[in-house]
Amino acid sequence: MTEKPFIDIRHAAKSYGTLEVLKDISLQVQKGQIVAIIGPSGSGKSTLLRAINDLDPLTKGEVWLEDMQVNKPLPPRQYERHINQMRQQIGMVFQHFNLFPHLTVRGNITLAPKMLKKLSDAEANALAERELAHVGMLDRIDYYPSQLSGGQKQRVAIARALAMEPKVMLFDEVTSALDPELVEEVNLAMKKLAEEHMTMIIVTHEMGFAQDVCDRVLFMDQGVVVEEGPPEVIFRTPKHERTKNFLRKHLQGNAQ
Amino acid sequence: MGLDFTIVPSYFTLLLIGSGWTIAITAAAAVLSFVAGILLAVIALYGPALLRYPFRLFAWLFMGTPLLLQLFLIYFGLIQIGIDLPAFVAGVIGLGLHFAVYNSDIIQAGIVAVDRGQYEGARTLGLSRVQTIARIVVPQAVRSVIPPIGNNMIALLKDSALVSVIGVTELTLTAQLAISKTFHPFEFYLAAAACYYLINLVLEAGLRHIERRIQLAR
Repeated sequence: MTEKPFIDIRHAAKSYGTLEVLKDISLQVQKGQIVAIIGPSGSGKSTLLRAINDLDPLTKGEVWLEDMQVNKPLPPRQYERHINQMRQQIGMVFQHFNLFPHLTVRGNITLAPKMLKKLSDAEANALAERELAHVGMLDRIDYYPSQLSGGQKQRVAIARALAMEPKVMLFDEVTSALDPELVEEVNLAMKKLAEEHMTMIIVTHEMGFAQDVCDRVLFMDQGVVVEEGPPEVIFRTPKHERTKNFLRKHLQGNAQ
Repeated sequence: MGLDFTIVPSYFTLLLIGSGWTIAITAAAAVLSFVAGILLAVIALYGPALLRYPFRLFAWLFMGTPLLLQLFLIYFGLIQIGIDLPAFVAGVIGLGLHFAVYNSDIIQAGIVAVDRGQYEGARTLGLSRVQTIARIVVPQAVRSVIPPIGNNMIALLKDSALVSVIGVTELTLTAQLAISKTFHPFEFYLAAAACYYLINLVLEAGLRHIERRIQLAR
């Protein structure tokens, strides 16, 4: 790895009181790389993901996006301005969508570009249409979130994040809250993004998806990265006992 | 003296004017109570301590004392310190602030109930704390508490009768004027009651319309 990392997490640690959730984790992600983070619940994988855009601030360690430190130590006011700038470059999609129920799909997507990038109504609308077409949701542009299925909500949430033209996308168990038959449409939207070489970090329980789409898989447990490597290695020939145990349980559960 | 409802129609114009002022003062006070209620709620929840405590005292004063007394204080009391407000303005301020305190309580509960994920979703897009509160949290909170706020507005309409005592010629006062000329209190109080009831019906229909309109957007 001679290339300078796109995302560079250096010695990330986080604790709540005496409970250590992340223990000195370092992770480099290259531009265009797609990384899956798997592991049992409580392993710290979501916390690590949410530290990348400082939604869950680290106790120790640094997060860098290209040549900017995301969690740069600054006085509160300056920090607020800095982090808002950084977050515009880091898209995130959540397990529970977090669409704004009081706005239409169009309103959800155009809000941030209009407020933060000062796009005109026409420009923002064009952008919303483009991003919605991208996830196959253009025909729902004037619907409210309450009128959409879970899968449709999640595709809109992806479009909303993409409308800020982020440099990296973070996915936090985005299919975990969906009915099984709705998972595929969201996975397809993500696959499409992957094919366009978006840099993606994906926390997931779906081993099949991680295997198909990702360049690298990290297995986390108890706040550390136990093992990492290309999916074919992690899934076929895991070295660590903990990884084997986890995969055994999960692959059994998924095989029908 | 027997009952004679036939004298009511000749005072129709007077009662109409009274109804007009009742609607005007209720509408103005409702807007004030709504806007100030949001402001108070935001300050109570997010404001710096320097603002929070004086506002809590203010809320406590307005909740803990009679509205009638507050109206007297604003209209008759403030003159002594050089603030001479027209009766209508004093009435709007008194009613508006009084109900603002009640609305603020309801809106605070609404804000607290907005899902944490909404805040995170907005912050993740790069919106600042203030932008998130203003554009995401408060609008959702307000939508969720429209029914109880509506109840407050109905109470406000009825309590607007109190401003008759500071000389606003609203519905109750115009009924009293007609009574002082005709000595038929039963007929005119009943007529005024009917007017309040009609205005209330319209208000309730309006509130239901708003509730229906925001139903999808919740």
